[in-house]
Amino acid sequence: MTVLDRIEVRAEAAAPPGTPRDRERRRAWDEVPRWQIYLPLGAYLLFTLVPFYWILLFALRPAGSTSLVPWPMTTAHFEKVWTERGFATYFENSVYIGIATLVLTTVVALAGGYALARFEFRLKKGFMLALLCSQFVPGALLLVPLFQIFAGLRMINSFGSVIIAETVFQLPLSMILISGFIRNVPYSLEEAAWVDGCGRFRAFRIVVLPLLRPGLVAVGSFAFVHAWNHFLFALMFLGNQEKQTIPVGLNTLMGADSVDLGALAAGGVIAAVPVVIVFAFIQKWLVTGFSAGAVKG
Amino acid sequence: MAAAVTPSPRAVRPPGRRRPKGPPRRLPYLLIAPAGLLMLGFIAYPVLSVFFYSLQHYNPTKPWRNGFAGLANFTELFTEDPHFWGTLVFSLKWVVVEVSLQLLFGLALALIVNQTFVGRALGRALVFSPWAVSGVLTSAIWVLLYNSQTGITRYLADAGIGSYGTSWLSDTATVFPAAIVADLWRGVPFFAILILADLQSIPRDLYEAAEVDGASRLRQFLHITLPHLRDAIVLSTLLRAVWEFNNVDLLYTLTGGGPAGETTTLPLYIAHTSVDAHDFGYASALTTVAFVILLFCSTVYLRLSKFGGENR
Repeated sequence: MTVLDRIEVRAEAAAPPGTPRDRERRRAWDEVPRWQIYLPLGAYLLFTLVPFYWILLFALRPAGSTSLVPWPMTTAHFEKVWTERGFATYFENSVYIGIATLVLTTVVALAGGYALARFEFRLKKGFMLALLCSQFVPGALLLVPLFQIFAGLRMINSFGSVIIAETVFQLPLSMILISGFIRNVPYSLEEAAWVDGCGRFRAFRIVVLPLLRPGLVAVGSFAFVHAWNHFLFALMFLGNQEKQTIPVGLNTLMGADSVDLGALAAGGVIAAVPVVIVFAFIQKWLVTGFSAGAVKG
Repeated sequence: MAAAVTPSPRAVRPPGRRRPKGPPRRLPYLLIAPAGLLMLGFIAYPVLSVFFYSLQHYNPTKPWRNGFAGLANFTELFTEDPHFWGTLVFSLKWVVVEVSLQLLFGLALALIVNQTFVGRALGRALVFSPWAVSGVLTSAIWVLLYNSQTGITRYLADAGIGSYGTSWLSDTATVFPAAIVADLWRGVPFFAILILADLQSIPRDLYEAAEVDGASRLRQFLHITLPHLRDAIVLSTLLRAVWEFNNVDLLYTLTGGGPAGETTTLPLYIAHTSVDAHDFGYASALTTVAFVILLFCSTVYLRLSKFGGENR
């Protein structure tokens, strides 16, 4: 059995969501002593949360304070970063790039994912293999040729270059995920719609698309989070200060004067807030998303 | 949705509206075309041009030297380059240590949050949250934590652990573990999410049967859970290893490859060579070698782990 076959088989075998009866049965055998859950979880939670607390602390307490509680609280660091350090502009740029990447990735991956899920065609095996292989291609190492391509297209210093680059590197995973989601929607539903007189496109739109919504939200969010966090493409393709993104802004705060830790922390909080909100929104779909999409093999 | 279904749907189908019949020939190609073209233009073509430049002298700051180089870049790389082997060894060390720790902690974390307990949803959300934060932001957070004056080191020193004024990121003895811990912070949740997804697809009946047969929890784990997770673990470990190998965001901003080149990975070295030194030809040769190494290691790994094998 090849890797590719395996991926398809797994996608089909993805478990349906737990039925109430399933949950009951589970409770019956799940009798791990409570301390074996709460103790390690608590320890890990500490490891997870201390860094978050630390950055909030630095962002909120006045410069020079060594208190471990951010009191008295100040917004001075935020004001400084937002206005003087250009984070207002960076934030806006990152939002544009993030949303454009989200839309482009989702639309292109949806089309491709549908083809992979529903049709057998000659190039399919090769295409799947290309998707898998592209995971081995390091974006960072392709900076120079990518730079030349975008220079040739006169797209250096325009958001288009970063949006395309982020989309391309996000596509393989998104497409594999989406085709997994589509495979979970019975083909017979679509066929029933054709019988009722719908065209293929209309059948897809009114029957399949609504069922895909959670999956699309997950995939779109990955694309957004990825574009929001990624640093190298923006750094290289957007030389113009006015066009830079949040991660690049953070990097300059870390480099030039690492003395201003308050500003760095405030910048970090500004960078974290949108992705943490997105994450809080999608995390319940995350696990089922990976399960149905079968990235894990 | 559509016209009412009276006697035979075939008969009432409005004229001109064609029901899709048989497998369409051109549609799948039309659908994958956008993705295919994007990947061809912005992944395949750049990869090929990297191979091409690896055989060229190409440095915009030294145009008189540009031109066909044959294998000169490669011979220089293997025989004269003082940095290549060091950065390669560090890359491998980084990937092996990082990925095995992430796998270990990720597996443990997934097993824990797969149990039913009060506050599970919140617990999951919290421990998974660093997944959303990555690269530069992780660096920023850990730069604050490791700061010698005001970081957590100071408070630890107050409590009698370590000493004042040490920065874990600028000391060659501590920089490696310090960077590893920072990367674990964001890497473990990723593994945990993938493994948890697969844990949930294990049929509960298997455990019930084992319970009836009196198998201990450890035996259940070894004989049911682990075999079932094998493919997931193999593939996610491989993907993660490749990503960790290739990723430069974290180390670029956390240590910049320092102190004294101590934490320079091969991709970081390539970035410095191409971006700072403008030696594109040589950087392309380095990239080509990195490709071959990645491809070789992945193939060997997939063979050894018998990925997709029949026994599971």
